[in-house]
Amino acid sequence: MGYPHPSHPRETVLLSRHFGDAEARGLAGWMTRGGYQALEKALGMSREQVIEEVKASGVRGRGGAGFPAGVKWSFMPKQKTKPHYLCVNADEGEPGTFKDRELLRWTPHALIEGSAICAYAIQAEQVYIYVRGEFTEPIRVLQAALDEAYAKGLLGANVLGRGVRIDMTIHRGAGAYICGEETALMNSIEGKRGNPRIKPPFPAAAGLWGCPTTINNVETLCAIPHILEKGAAWYKGLSLSNPKSSGTKLFSVCGAIAKPGNYEVTMGFPMKDLLYDLAGGIKGGRKLKAVQPGGSSVPFITAEEADGALLDYEGCVAAGTQLGSGGMIVYDDATDIVYQVMRLAQFYAHESCAQCTQCREGTAWTTKILQRMLRGEGRMEDLDLLFDLGEQMTGKTICVLSDSCAAAVVSAIRKFRPDFEAYIRSGRAVAV
Amino acid sequence: MSQAGTGTGAHEPSAAAPVFEGAARRELDAVLKKYPTAQAALLPALWIVQERQGWVSPGAMAEVAEVLGLTVAYVKGVVTFYTMYHQHPVGKHFAQVCTTSPCNLCGAEGVVAALLKATGCKRMGETSPDGLWTVVEAECLGACGFATPVLVDDDLIESVTAESVPALVARYR
Repeated sequence: MGYPHPSHPRETVLLSRHFGDAEARGLAGWMTRGGYQALEKALGMSREQVIEEVKASGVRGRGGAGFPAGVKWSFMPKQKTKPHYLCVNADEGEPGTFKDRELLRWTPHALIEGSAICAYAIQAEQVYIYVRGEFTEPIRVLQAALDEAYAKGLLGANVLGRGVRIDMTIHRGAGAYICGEETALMNSIEGKRGNPRIKPPFPAAAGLWGCPTTINNVETLCAIPHILEKGAAWYKGLSLSNPKSSGTKLFSVCGAIAKPGNYEVTMGFPMKDLLYDLAGGIKGGRKLKAVQPGGSSVPFITAEEADGALLDYEGCVAAGTQLGSGGMIVYDDATDIVYQVMRLAQFYAHESCAQCTQCREGTAWTTKILQRMLRGEGRMEDLDLLFDLGEQMTGKTICVLSDSCAAAVVSAIRKFRPDFEAYIRSGRAVAV
Repeated sequence: MSQAGTGTGAHEPSAAAPVFEGAARRELDAVLKKYPTAQAALLPALWIVQERQGWVSPGAMAEVAEVLGLTVAYVKGVVTFYTMYHQHPVGKHFAQVCTTSPCNLCGAEGVVAALLKATGCKRMGETSPDGLWTVVEAECLGACGFATPVLVDDDLIESVTAESVPALVARYR
């Protein structure tokens, strides 16, 4: 549902059905809403059957990368020679994205159930839920739900009396966007600085403490109970566009929008309808200038490009951007796009872990060049310099933080070049 | 953009008081059971320190290093990576204002100015003369639909506006 707004008839509410319903947070309330039946069912299936079902559903990672979840699970060794781990990525920090926060604080048991099913399938006895340090309320709610689940035997040494051990621990982050990158997250759990690791090896081969590890986003895991309960074919059938994008997706719509909130729609839903029908259109009746549909790390698209775009993995690529995390940042025609792009670059410069030179220097230089422009001291060749920097920041580092910064900056200049040139030509200055 | 306060806050403990005694030690022991290595308890141990002392002092870093079998330099390296561990005492109340783009589009900078004014803080990261407040800018708090969110201590307050700031600050006096 479009939390905090009432559900819109065009939404398909699976994950967000109980947003705002305080009773659903508690185990008793969750049980009366059908909770933990999917876990019961999964424990009656073989591990391979569970993985096959998730594979067949086509559900893809909702954290931003869009990798098929069942395929990821199938990479875990079948023969267990070391401990296996599941990491839950609840380090939601992608600007524009605020869906996992609602999932954590309204439906903690959905996450626990989905995580338990995954842990069973991949033979993990220990699950670490990495929640960003700023999520104080979600942590309180989730910890209370974990305590209840342990008390009822849904977690612990003998889950539902089936002889399966699953322990779940919240690991609280401490302020670092980069820890949402999967290997940085694992380093952070290990008690290290959150520096991303070189891949390969991939986590399924060597993750936490060098052991086979699967890592999934909160929203992905919350979809798992629905898939187990109603079947892969049903989930796969949830698509308005193409079979490569199935299920529902939460879109966090924010910025210059009349009704900011989380809207859950079937994959392939038209972007225009989400913005205008569901989210009430542009704030103050103004005109749309630009959208980043998948958080701040995906390329900007113009109002014209947004007009015909479909909200699924392929549709966003066709429109020149990416689905990402589904955090839609809306910019209206009053937006100073140069200033906002500088503000985003500043975010990446602040959050760079500083391991790789291209990222450490590139994000800082980008920010400084944009600030110079905003101070009225820009030069026309700065635009080429930013393109050149963007080139050096793409595909050359351990993780994609610097690529993300470059994607936002380069796409903004391509799409809104006159805005940048106007600053340079006029020498107009704003406070930075 | 520093998270650390520079003033003298209300939380400053005597430097010599050890943290990991009694309840805090039991809390740490429970944490240690959840991980295969003591090193993994570092972030949780630092949280325990900060909850009790208000910041992570050099003395506390040394104690954490001792308790977990790590070097002090290693612990400091980790503390300085994460923005939420205070390396200096901060005010009685610590306010983090989100100013990343989505909030910026919705007036976050006005909220920052209003917060500085209402709390008497001269600038970002500095503690107010009465020791009550430290205000910092935070990068994306993950509540973009509720612009502008302000995290005061452990309370996330949604949809703060420049106009609603004085009443918010008054609640924490």
